[in-house]
Amino acid sequence: MTTTVTHTEQRDSPYALTHLDALESEAVHIFREVAGEFERPVILFSGGKDSIVMLHLALKAFAPAPVPFALLHVDTGHNFPEVLDLRDRTVARHGLRLHVAKVQDYIDDGRLRERPDGLRNPLQTVPLTEAIASLRFDAVFGGGRRDEEKARAKERVFSLRDEFSQWDPRRQRPELWQLYNGRHAAGEHVRVFPLSNWTELDVWQYIAREGIELPEIYFAHEREVFNRNGMWLTAGEWGGPKPGEPVQTRLVRYRTVGDMSCTGAVDSAATTLDSVITEIAASRLTERGATRADDKMSEAAMEDRKREGYF
Amino acid sequence: MTSTTSPLTAEELSATTLLRFATAGSVDDGKSTLVGRLLHDSKSVLSDQLEAVERASLGRGQEAPDLALLTDGLRAEREQGITIDVAYRYFATARRRFILADTPGHVQYTRNMVTGASTAELAVVLVDARNGVVEQTRRHAAVAALLRVPHVVLAVNKMDLVDYAEPVFAAIAEEFTSYAASLGVPEITAIPISALAGDNVVEPSANMDWYGGPTVLEHLETVPVSHDLTGCPARFPVQYVIRPQTADHPDYRGYAGQIASGLLRVGDPVTVLPSGRTTTIAGIDALGRSVDTAWAPQSVTVLLADDLDVSRGDLIAPTGSAPAVTQDVRATVCHLHERPLRIGERVLLKHATRTVKAIVKALPYRIDLSHGLAHENDPAALEVNDIGAVQLRTAEPLPIDAYADVRLTGAFLLIDPADGTTLTAGMAGEAFAEPSSAAGGAADDEGWDF
Repeated sequence: MTTTVTHTEQRDSPYALTHLDALESEAVHIFREVAGEFERPVILFSGGKDSIVMLHLALKAFAPAPVPFALLHVDTGHNFPEVLDLRDRTVARHGLRLHVAKVQDYIDDGRLRERPDGLRNPLQTVPLTEAIASLRFDAVFGGGRRDEEKARAKERVFSLRDEFSQWDPRRQRPELWQLYNGRHAAGEHVRVFPLSNWTELDVWQYIAREGIELPEIYFAHEREVFNRNGMWLTAGEWGGPKPGEPVQTRLVRYRTVGDMSCTGAVDSAATTLDSVITEIAASRLTERGATRADDKMSEAAMEDRKREGYF
Repeated sequence: MTSTTSPLTAEELSATTLLRFATAGSVDDGKSTLVGRLLHDSKSVLSDQLEAVERASLGRGQEAPDLALLTDGLRAEREQGITIDVAYRYFATARRRFILADTPGHVQYTRNMVTGASTAELAVVLVDARNGVVEQTRRHAAVAALLRVPHVVLAVNKMDLVDYAEPVFAAIAEEFTSYAASLGVPEITAIPISALAGDNVVEPSANMDWYGGPTVLEHLETVPVSHDLTGCPARFPVQYVIRPQTADHPDYRGYAGQIASGLLRVGDPVTVLPSGRTTTIAGIDALGRSVDTAWAPQSVTVLLADDLDVSRGDLIAPTGSAPAVTQDVRATVCHLHERPLRIGERVLLKHATRTVKAIVKALPYRIDLSHGLAHENDPAALEVNDIGAVQLRTAEPLPIDAYADVRLTGAFLLIDPADGTTLTAGMAGEAFAEPSSAAGGAADDEGWDF
């Protein structure tokens, strides 16, 4: 009988999943769909937390068999050494195949020019798209989440890209139920985002629950930093600090890890997973707002880069 | 509720469940304000996002930050004059994590509501208390009924503009409930709110003592997200065969998939479809743990007792309650693409983990959601946003359920084989459930299976 229910303390049945189990099941489903329908998938793997969680999910999805995908890292040349170290140890431990596309190679032979502002994140697009084309990858897993940025709130789980890796809003397909349509023409590929429905907090809670190892720079540590545009950047070979940017030692951690030229640290005393989770739950800034110079360039900065083939 | 005012501990945060819901309402019903308030009051709008909204509002000559801009579209949409279907929003309280499919509510955007409702366990339909139930409200109710969304909330908004008068609310709630019930919606909760003033959205209203029910957020936090699955038939579409062939696992052969419905138990006799071969479940690996029981929507790997030829696209179901296998599919569809669907068209049909060729054999009728669900028989074609009946013939047999019985194994897509475009969303079986009051006294208060 149809009823207008009055409010009572309703309880879930014993079959309700926790939100982490539900998100994990969904992500595993996405990995297995791609394994079943594509010829040459690859996981974008930087050693950052989202890519580490992606790999962890892929390992669980196909166990006890190995992950049926290669890994691809676009190396800006300005990476945090702690992150590269964990990247390489992870690849070795699981016997994975890692392809590295280097921005520095493109600068050295003149295919790309260093930007006046020194930012290298925008330079990743060309090496990424050329690596996808030359290695003939047809599905490319990215760690993008819809909660990160407005341009991503409408991103599909399966995001169709043309032979230039460009994203055309008119060609994006409605996604209903759990039916992902990955059909594409020769030379085109599909970007796949298994963490679409995860938030930053979900990622951290999952890392804590699963005991996943992260680069240590995600936790509070003393670091030599200087202030630029309101962000704490690490002094280093990449070009900082400039005159008039005094260096100081602060207790900081990173919320995202990317290119050192545009990834800022945040003041933090969180040295454990639990304290990081508590800190994020209380934070008043999104992780990109807090730490990414390149997203602040304009209201549509992320959208522009996505259309050009960025993650 | 005070759950949203203080930061949650790590422990509190990890013990929550997940609710996927969709909102529907026209621009003027205050949907953006309601969504903005849910996000804002649950601390899901952070200060850099608010600053961006303030900047954009000032740029457009508005003094106060326009919370509707939080759910504003992409520049590409504005430039090209198109709307990309659904925007997803995320927020959390101490009890639940929420995934909100925020869909535009204009008349022409039926396909967006269909998309958003396809994964929703609950739909919020907004009406303006001054206007009551209008054509669009009926359209929203029909889409929720069509997609078999188990819970529907009617949010009667702008109660402040009708002096918080109970009779206004009661009349609208009565009219909507009887209409939605006639379409077979099993559970409807009507809530009088003012999204702008905050009445009954997160905090109970001080202006409507006569209302004793939950606020919108309280209801979202407590509505059951899963039913007693023992009553649902088990459905397990095989996604991938896991065969390590390593020294440690020379003979391991597991069938990976996400349980679409019901429960699987070790020892259950099962039938593999479409072949019809039978065996029993020998083991279940739940992402690293060996378990005796698993249920929807868990992703697991199933081991079978006999060495059958099982591959991606097959469906494992309990022997005795397996779906019929057919090459003739009659379904209700929502056409999603500007290219019309016509009789004789050759398409691909994607059902669960199998994609087969199919031909459109007949288009028996089109349903006009705006005019009392009038049927137009034998339409020449189904246009974008049309809801209608389709008769399909598939090249291979499919184990397809009635969508009313099992959402995920009753649903399918039609795809253009030439360029891969998703054309049509399909639901096997009849469009609307019989109103439960006409079901011959068979009391079914469990709601729909999903």
